[in-house]
Amino acid sequence: MAKTKTRDRMKNEINAGSMADIAFLLLIFFLVTTTIVEDKGILVKLPPWSEEEPDITKLKERNVFSVLVNAQNQLLVRGEPALVDDLRERAKEFISNPTKREDLAEKPTKAIISLKNDRGTNYKTYLEVYNELKAAYDELWDDLCQRQYGKPYSDELPIAIRRDIRSQIPMVLSEAEPTNFGEE
Amino acid sequence: MAKFSKKRGKSKPEVSTASLPDIIFMLLFFFMVVTVLRDSELKVNVVTPNATALTKLEEKSLVNYLYIGKPVKKYVETYGTKPRLQLGDKFATVEDIPLFLEKHKIKVPEAKHGRITSSLRVDGKVTMGIVQDVKTKLRKSGQLRVNYSAKARPQ
Repeated sequence: MAKTKTRDRMKNEINAGSMADIAFLLLIFFLVTTTIVEDKGILVKLPPWSEEEPDITKLKERNVFSVLVNAQNQLLVRGEPALVDDLRERAKEFISNPTKREDLAEKPTKAIISLKNDRGTNYKTYLEVYNELKAAYDELWDDLCQRQYGKPYSDELPIAIRRDIRSQIPMVLSEAEPTNFGEE
Repeated sequence: MAKFSKKRGKSKPEVSTASLPDIIFMLLFFFMVVTVLRDSELKVNVVTPNATALTKLEEKSLVNYLYIGKPVKKYVETYGTKPRLQLGDKFATVEDIPLFLEKHKIKVPEAKHGRITSSLRVDGKVTMGIVQDVKTKLRKSGQLRVNYSAKARPQ
């Protein structure tokens, strides 16, 4: 009698059945509160603050690709109206200058993109323009990287390769102080 | 024959549920790791524009967020409908940015100070005026790594 009793006691275990319920409860809590937000965006390095305006008049006109955006979200590229959709191709052509035209950049290292907007410009338009210009550089880097290293340009590449690519086609995007004609 | 029936009578085969908690815990840990408890309630409407040349931001602890947009309905009465800046969980002006950056900076180990990024989450409809003011202030405070938050454009 006593023997069986002890054996019974030995068999006793904590009932783990409710463990699942507890875990479920926690699971549901985290499921509800989870927001898998991936923050993506256009990473920009701003120039350090200086009181004086950079003087771009010293530069040769052929090396400057000026983009102006007015308060009506219209574009003026190198003095003539243009569309956002054409911007990328034009910027690429300007920087690389494959046909050695007289009016485009002498070489990629001398190319400067100058962007100027109004305080009334829509942020969406501004970002679209910026995106196209960034994409133009991205595509050029990609091309160059494919030619020289046989692989696409990405952030995973060793820093030496990226430095090399970026020194051959440096991204120079200068932003002028915006005009103020159309702020609401 | 008799043997068979005997055996079947004795054992009651059941699916063991002992591993169920383990499975659930695994899921639980997954969600615990990916969860970001939102520390700031959004007081402005922000719908970021679409873009294609995107970079993914790494290390959330090195990122501080600046929101710009029109106040949500609840705050329209007190703050109006003009686009405003939100830092952390309250409305702020451009003048508050240096302090906000400093407060974030002290939470980051010194070796990583150079990699702190400011993520500008700006509504697409906002005009550049306020964005420009924020940018200028960031430049003046020496915070030069800036991310214009955007969504990937659907193909």
